[in-house]
Amino acid sequence: MADKYYVSSSPHISSGVSTKTVMWSVVLALIPALLGSIYFFGMRALWLTLLGVAGAVVSEAVVELLSKKPLTIGDGSAVITGILLAFNIPPGVPWWMPVVGASFGIIFGKMVFGGLGNNPLNPALVGRAFLMASWPVEMTTKWIAPRGGSIPAIATKIDAITGATPLGVLKNFVGKTLADPNASPEKIAQAKQVLHSMYANWTNLFFGNVGGVIGETSAVLLIVGFVYLLVRKFVDWRIPLSFIGTAAILGWIFGSPEGMFKMNVLFYIFSGGLMLGALFMATDMVTSPITVKGRWIFGIGCGILTAVIRRWGGYPEGVSYSILLMNLAVPIINRHSMPKKFGYKK
Amino acid sequence: MIKEFTKGIIKENPVLVLALGLCPALATSTTAYNGIGMGIAASFVLVMSNIIVSAIKKTVPSRIRIPIFITVIATFVTIVKLVMAAYTPGLSKQLGIFIPLIVVNCIILGRAEAFASKNGILKSALDGLGMGLGFAIVLFVVGSIREILGSGTITLGFPMLFGPVNVSIFGSGYNPALLMILPPGGFLTLGLFMWLKQLVMKENG
Repeated sequence: MADKYYVSSSPHISSGVSTKTVMWSVVLALIPALLGSIYFFGMRALWLTLLGVAGAVVSEAVVELLSKKPLTIGDGSAVITGILLAFNIPPGVPWWMPVVGASFGIIFGKMVFGGLGNNPLNPALVGRAFLMASWPVEMTTKWIAPRGGSIPAIATKIDAITGATPLGVLKNFVGKTLADPNASPEKIAQAKQVLHSMYANWTNLFFGNVGGVIGETSAVLLIVGFVYLLVRKFVDWRIPLSFIGTAAILGWIFGSPEGMFKMNVLFYIFSGGLMLGALFMATDMVTSPITVKGRWIFGIGCGILTAVIRRWGGYPEGVSYSILLMNLAVPIINRHSMPKKFGYKK
Repeated sequence: MIKEFTKGIIKENPVLVLALGLCPALATSTTAYNGIGMGIAASFVLVMSNIIVSAIKKTVPSRIRIPIFITVIATFVTIVKLVMAAYTPGLSKQLGIFIPLIVVNCIILGRAEAFASKNGILKSALDGLGMGLGFAIVLFVVGSIREILGSGTITLGFPMLFGPVNVSIFGSGYNPALLMILPPGGFLTLGLFMWLKQLVMKENG
């Protein structure tokens, strides 16, 4: 009898959209970027991604079996974590790194807090931060030159360069040379030449033949996936817009080692992990604010932190840490951006 | 009487249950050798200060008891610091500021205030020994786990006599997880250890 008289609160009309639908749509939206990565870096990119997914799914299943909770691996969220974690590591790392990173992200980033919906931090980024702190050499040097590489050959020949990513060259070669008071005029001219040829070739960043982590190479394929989610209304446009917009403005003003207002904005927003982070990781439903105002604040905060870390931080790229830091601020943002209740005075 | 000794090891373990002395527990458990060194140093101070505090408990005016306890503790910490600097200079250098900081270790002041100032000398000595042993065991286990994962080695031998002997666990193919010997590794290991202890306690009632 009890199940015949089902009592629930409104709304009573179901759209048919479940967690499962949303999650598997996100997986689908990440496929173009994965295909692009396979094209540019070879089958390695696919194997590493599959290992990341396997690590995430298996560790979620093991935790749930051990704690005698219902299995939730079918909802697709662990698959997303695995893919995003693999998207965040360089394509030349040893095979066990995506497995370890994804397991750590799932166990310590998600399951210890009680599973999907309770995690304060994006599990894939927790995994990346763990890998970054544990194996910094692998995480910052195992780049693979993409098919039709775009970093000017002149820059990669110089010993000082450890990472053949545009932002690595910007920070470790161009930035250091221009800041060095003893640099010879020829070397400064060379650094500026490298910098300007990177600016001129920003379309490489847009289409993807550029060194970097597995998922960040091709901006256009990430945008294709994001537009699909946008059309299905599974994702909010405010966070990416405010994130990328803030980073672009601050990058244009402060981003260039040559001086203020010298940065090529298109180079700035399509390089590094900004597209991947802003479109797919900052927009994670669990770890982003629920209010409209809060989403603007969240995106702007991510943008400011990213620009600050890129220009003045120790790492060439700061997208992942800026998202993690803003994830921590989400409860406060939510509390202080609640809309006024209808009929109440302030 | 024997209960005063055993309670500090599991049931009222200072780190895992009372959550005291977490700062030195996190900072000095980067290797098994450091962990056990810190554990022994703190245990010595704990037992000795418990004995003295218990002996003088009737003559100490209650208003100024804390400064007096601290003075007693500081005396023994000075002894430990000088002895360690003389006989185990390597360990002394590794532990650094954390040896003088035993003075303000809340386990020691906590036991002086909560136990030794209210109980007899023998009971207080056993309490100090048990608590010290509980602290040392946690530091040793956490230190071993962090060292094995974070450096790929384990320190063997009887450290006070022979000095540390490093043995590689996984061979040269192992790429250690640097994070485990950094502060987050300490928090993670200690947190998991507390969880495990709660789990075991729950199942045993």
